[in-house]
Amino acid sequence: MTSRDPSPRPRPLPAPVWPALGILTLIVFNALSDTLAPSGPGLLGPGAFLHVAVVDGAPAGALIDILHYGGAIAILALGMAPVIATRGVDLSVGAVMAIAAAAAARLSIAGTPGVPALAGALAVAGACGLWNGVLVVTLRLQPFVATLVLMVAGRGLAQMLTGGQILTFHDPLLEYLDQGRPGWLPMPMPFLLGAALLVLTCLATRRAPLGLLIESVGSNPEAARLSGVRAGPLVVGCYVWCAACAGLAGLIAGAGIKAADPFNTGRNAELAAIFAVVVGGTSLLGGRFSLAGAFVGGMLMQGLTTTMYARDIRSDVAPLPQALLILTICAAGAPRARALARRLAGRPRGTA
Amino acid sequence: MNVLSSQHRLPPLAAGVILLLLLAIGALRFDHFLTPANLSNLPADYAFVTIAAVGATFVILSGGIDLSVGSLVAFTAVLAAHLIAAGWHPLAAAGVCLLIGTTLGAAMGGLIVAFDLPPFMVTLAGMFGLRAAAFLVRDQSVGVSHPFLAALARDGVLRLPGGFEAPPRSTLMLAVLLAGWALAARTRFGRGVYALGGHERSARMMGVPIGFTKVRVYALAGACSTLAGIVLMFDTRSGNPAAGAGLELAVIASVVVGGTLLSGGVGSVLGTLIGVLILGAIRMLIDFEGTLSAAWTSIATGVLLLTFVALQRALIVWAGWRAQAAAASGTWTRRVEV
Repeated sequence: MTSRDPSPRPRPLPAPVWPALGILTLIVFNALSDTLAPSGPGLLGPGAFLHVAVVDGAPAGALIDILHYGGAIAILALGMAPVIATRGVDLSVGAVMAIAAAAAARLSIAGTPGVPALAGALAVAGACGLWNGVLVVTLRLQPFVATLVLMVAGRGLAQMLTGGQILTFHDPLLEYLDQGRPGWLPMPMPFLLGAALLVLTCLATRRAPLGLLIESVGSNPEAARLSGVRAGPLVVGCYVWCAACAGLAGLIAGAGIKAADPFNTGRNAELAAIFAVVVGGTSLLGGRFSLAGAFVGGMLMQGLTTTMYARDIRSDVAPLPQALLILTICAAGAPRARALARRLAGRPRGTA
Repeated sequence: MNVLSSQHRLPPLAAGVILLLLLAIGALRFDHFLTPANLSNLPADYAFVTIAAVGATFVILSGGIDLSVGSLVAFTAVLAAHLIAAGWHPLAAAGVCLLIGTTLGAAMGGLIVAFDLPPFMVTLAGMFGLRAAAFLVRDQSVGVSHPFLAALARDGVLRLPGGFEAPPRSTLMLAVLLAGWALAARTRFGRGVYALGGHERSARMMGVPIGFTKVRVYALAGACSTLAGIVLMFDTRSGNPAAGAGLELAVIASVVVGGTLLSGGVGSVLGTLIGVLILGAIRMLIDFEGTLSAAWTSIATGVLLLTFVALQRALIVWAGWRAQAAAASGTWTRRVEV
């Protein structure tokens, strides 16, 4: 190894590679655990985790479950990534999920047909985002405090919408969001929605200057201002987009249980969404984001949860290892840790 | 200078007026609102919030944030209850919990300092992780009964003139408040915290040990949250892993309403008490009303926090205008002189 060689630094790997490797590790871990120490509910024995059965013409199994429930987290992450790129964060996504589900349930029970109910619920979610964005931009409130208000008070709002109880509803369109399996591609609907949203947001941010503008506001607000970027509406737009995505995820979660549960819908969603974005290569310091990374990160997050259920860990305890993991990943990705790693590897520091 | 000081004096003053207004509304609407017994309950029921808020005041003064308050309260309450149910003496259980809670706080501060991570990220992970840890200890509320707790509740009550009573938790709350005030206003550590929150680089140049001060601030916050959890557990005679949900918002609101700038560097520990009492008075009004759902409490907390943040923002903008106007008139006179 010639450490003084002024060769160009190796090109970094694409952002989705690391979470994809994480998912592979989880699958291998589960397959090995099934073989070596079978435990937990459901199918036991070798291959239980990898087994994909075909039920009613659609595939089913633990791997399909990851795609199914990971879809909602991926949608949350696609909304969160631009917000984090502007040096912000949205802690209210879980509460907005509950509010959107409650609004949809209220509209559906009042006799509103599927499409207007869907649009109405998404509009309510968007209004939540507008509120967050206005607090961040006009009051210049730190984003985590501004959105903490809605995170806590939003649960109260959702409870008021449902009258403090769990509202059940039946609506073919809303239920299709979760249980739908299109004939031409019998995959879980949340996954397909997430994938469609990924393509759409990639087109909007990478084929048009939108993504660059968002990143410029996050990397150097002053330079962006001097270049004529109007940061205010852009940042508000990011929060509205994030909340609308959270609304969609909330509708999916509500459709899954055919009810709006103001207490439990979107619980721990904030951590999952931020984790998915960060593990997908988006810096918490703002300035750059990877949508594909966020999408795969969402899948990894669900892979972790599914692993815990497969290994018989209670759902209320599951956030503990997840929180430890997110801290490890954040610490490992911090500039200071990278500098330390470089020093340990014996490479000279970059001459900046 | 005059602008600056009025800017910092106004929020606590407004908070005091709001507290008196709330008490007046209560007195006008309900017969038994302004009785000594009811007024004694106000600080007593919110003793654990105040104790947690004292720690949070230091964190916010230093320019940081602690979102793990509610979860740490639940975790230590359920851990202490679990230990007592396993046969420990309450004081031994409390001591062990204090040690663990302080260590957890210091660990979070250590992560923030060592890897230069945003405080909200580390404490958010703490918020979810510690909540899960609380459920790991016991997945349901644990009831405790111990002769020591019974004796404390019976003999520990101070009877004050005028029919007021101070249960042990009120006394402890007062002690923590005074200790917090002394620590902030009278020690080298306290001055370091203010300097750090005011301007981190200047503080470093002044010789404040930045990293060590931050770790101590989060350790102190951990200790306060733990003490709050123990007080809650002693008070309710149970440790509930779901306790303290949304407490982080109530605590941050109390600190901000009490006149501490959310961006750090300005504020006081004693002001925080006013913030907690306002939240307590609002909760009491909602309870007296009877028909309002508990969801209103969290909404009122949020609205209160935003009102005071808006007030602070307006005062800062106004001070900026004044400074600009002064500077503008200054240049004008100089030009005339030339």
